[in-house]
Amino acid sequence: MAETESEGATDSELTMSRAMVDAIATELRENDDVFVMGEDVADYGGIFDSTEGLLEEFGREKIMDVPISETGFIGAAVGAAQAGMRPIAELMFADFFGVGMDQIYNQMAKNTYMSGAAVNVPMVLMTAVGGTYNDAAQHSQTLYGTFAHLPGMKVVVPSTAADAKGLMHTAIRDDDPVVYMFHKRLMGIGWMPAPEGPKTPVPEDDYTIEFGEADRKREGEDVTVVTLGLHVHRALEAADELAGESDLEVIDLRTLVPLDTEAVLESVRKTGRLVVVDEDYHSFGVSGEIVARATEGALDDLSAVRRVTMPDAPIPYARPLEQEVNPGTEDIVKAVRDIHD
Amino acid sequence: MYEWMVTARNYEERLQEEYLEGKQPAFDISAGPIPGELHLAAGQEAAAAGVCAHLRDADTVTAPHRPHHVAIAKGVDLKRMTAEIFGRQTGLSKGKGGHMHLFDPDVNFACSGIIAEGCPPAVGAALAAKKRGEDSVAVAYLGEGAISQGGFLESLNLASVHDLPVVFVIEDNDWAISMPKDRVTDVENGAQRAGGFDLPGRRVDQDDAVAVYEAADEAVGRARDGNGPTLLEVQVHRRMGHFMGDAQGYRPDTDEEQAKQRDSITRMETTLESAGIDESTIEELRDRSHDRVEEAIEWAKDQPEPEPDEAYEDVFADPPAGWTPAPESTTAEQTGGDD
Ligand SMILES: Cc1ncc(C[n+]2csc(CCOP(=O)(O)OP(=O)(O)O)c2C)c(N)n1
Repeated sequence: MAETESEGATDSELTMSRAMVDAIATELRENDDVFVMGEDVADYGGIFDSTEGLLEEFGREKIMDVPISETGFIGAAVGAAQAGMRPIAELMFADFFGVGMDQIYNQMAKNTYMSGAAVNVPMVLMTAVGGTYNDAAQHSQTLYGTFAHLPGMKVVVPSTAADAKGLMHTAIRDDDPVVYMFHKRLMGIGWMPAPEGPKTPVPEDDYTIEFGEADRKREGEDVTVVTLGLHVHRALEAADELAGESDLEVIDLRTLVPLDTEAVLESVRKTGRLVVVDEDYHSFGVSGEIVARATEGALDDLSAVRRVTMPDAPIPYARPLEQEVNPGTEDIVKAVRDIHD
Repeated sequence: MYEWMVTARNYEERLQEEYLEGKQPAFDISAGPIPGELHLAAGQEAAAAGVCAHLRDADTVTAPHRPHHVAIAKGVDLKRMTAEIFGRQTGLSKGKGGHMHLFDPDVNFACSGIIAEGCPPAVGAALAAKKRGEDSVAVAYLGEGAISQGGFLESLNLASVHDLPVVFVIEDNDWAISMPKDRVTDVENGAQRAGGFDLPGRRVDQDDAVAVYEAADEAVGRARDGNGPTLLEVQVHRRMGHFMGDAQGYRPDTDEEQAKQRDSITRMETTLESAGIDESTIEELRDRSHDRVEEAIEWAKDQPEPEPDEAYEDVFADPPAGWTPAPESTTAEQTGGDD
């Protein structure tokens, strides 16, 4: 398991979107097979700034706007990847996955296996997740579980700029399909203020972060909080709020496939208590998976488990309703108090 | 038609004011009385009025993410629609849907924020009408950016093969967020898509509500008479950004200027005047629509917000016994071992 402190403190601070774009630009410069395709990735620079500024340097051949046709262009990325290129395709919101899902889970995810590894699919499917700005049920889902559930794709969820850059480099160089899910609220876009945490110092040179290495974002003795994406920052806030009362250890999973089970087990063996925080739906997802692995691997060490998740209801529009269902810092504090009086 | 158009324009101007409240000076999408995305349709009113003028309550309309002008022309309850956009309990969807997801079964109106995905349900409504021997029709609205989408193309084919009473209406406003039309399709216009499915495709080149009315008369009539689907395309203009807060850095100033000059509402006024309607009558219609809009907005703002617990209701029409969506239901998830 990695520790955050090792990041070079002298490097300049970047927003998460800037850090992602940095990594993509470096890869584009270094490898002719890399290109980007998606809706509004060129002139607009990505609705969430995930491709901001790339058009100017690389032009329309490399930064391709495509018609609104997710089946078509995600499938085309699969085909180009099988032909040996390294496409980065952007699905504007993870919620739109349904439109192109066959290309994602029957082609992109399975072709390596079904071909007996005669072909492989070295592409990145980059997509925005998450709510907290009242965009309702078709534009606010997190869906980590859906993508991680389907075998054959690696699934990445960064929570800071430094992680976002290293994980993006790894994703583009990986020989398998990688789903790179970024939370809108972490990107540092003007119209959607980010919390304090995601903007971090980022080393200027390129570096990779190995998949399957969770990061201990905070060390603690009493309760292990396992989470990812936006909720890493909520968990850290909860840890501050609980200081003196309960000492939280915050584990940021960073990748769901592969999953760093050992990091979770090591931590719960120490604390004996586990809270899993996930902005995805409650049932059949990430939170259940983490609890299952913790109980399989460390049942004797565990005295209590809680899940703080999105309920099994579509995400509502009105503010009081969305606030109710979206797991907040207070919900984490409450869950911790529940199991650590 | 003119009254619907002016009402839609007034309505959106007022929504825009309300939306910007609390979002200035620094635009924060989640601040203010109307959070989330807001897509306004200023400049597209003729496409709504000209088609919906032929529709009855029993006819179905599905709208995309830019729905207000169509909703108004279809007769969606303005007060409850406004309450929905303000996220109130008495809104059309009890505050669960918001502006891209307006459902009014009284006039058979529905929306989806997923591009082109309103087309298949419209085909379904038409199928139901045909099976039941009713003469109602269905109309699916979509943007020119949506014409590449599988859901649309599959719908054209299905409607054509089964001769279903559907009219597909493409609102061509030249832009799909930042993508100009020539980056969406290599054919000159979307109506040409009809050719590949053996159904009539017709384009109205100006955002003239009367011309749209005439083209729609034929299309809706054809559907109602059991003669199958039509694809109708209307040139409209996007006077604003894709959504509120869109700085439109990708759009030439001249294009935006042009869109504003070709105003379908001014055009309609000229038409009315040359037909001998005097100014005071037009003035009266305008005042009436102003009052209606103001009344809806005032009413909506007075409505209560939903209670947080209501988030857990309505997931199913008939909730399975023992089912609960709330995480509280699983807090008993204690595992073994001593503390
Ligand atoms: C399946 C899907 N892909 C992408 C989007 C994001 N999106 C929302 S509106 C839009 C552009 C639509 O353009 P057009 O159909 O021309 O309608 P307009 O906005 O111009 O009215 C896009 C790409 C979406 N909502 N659904």
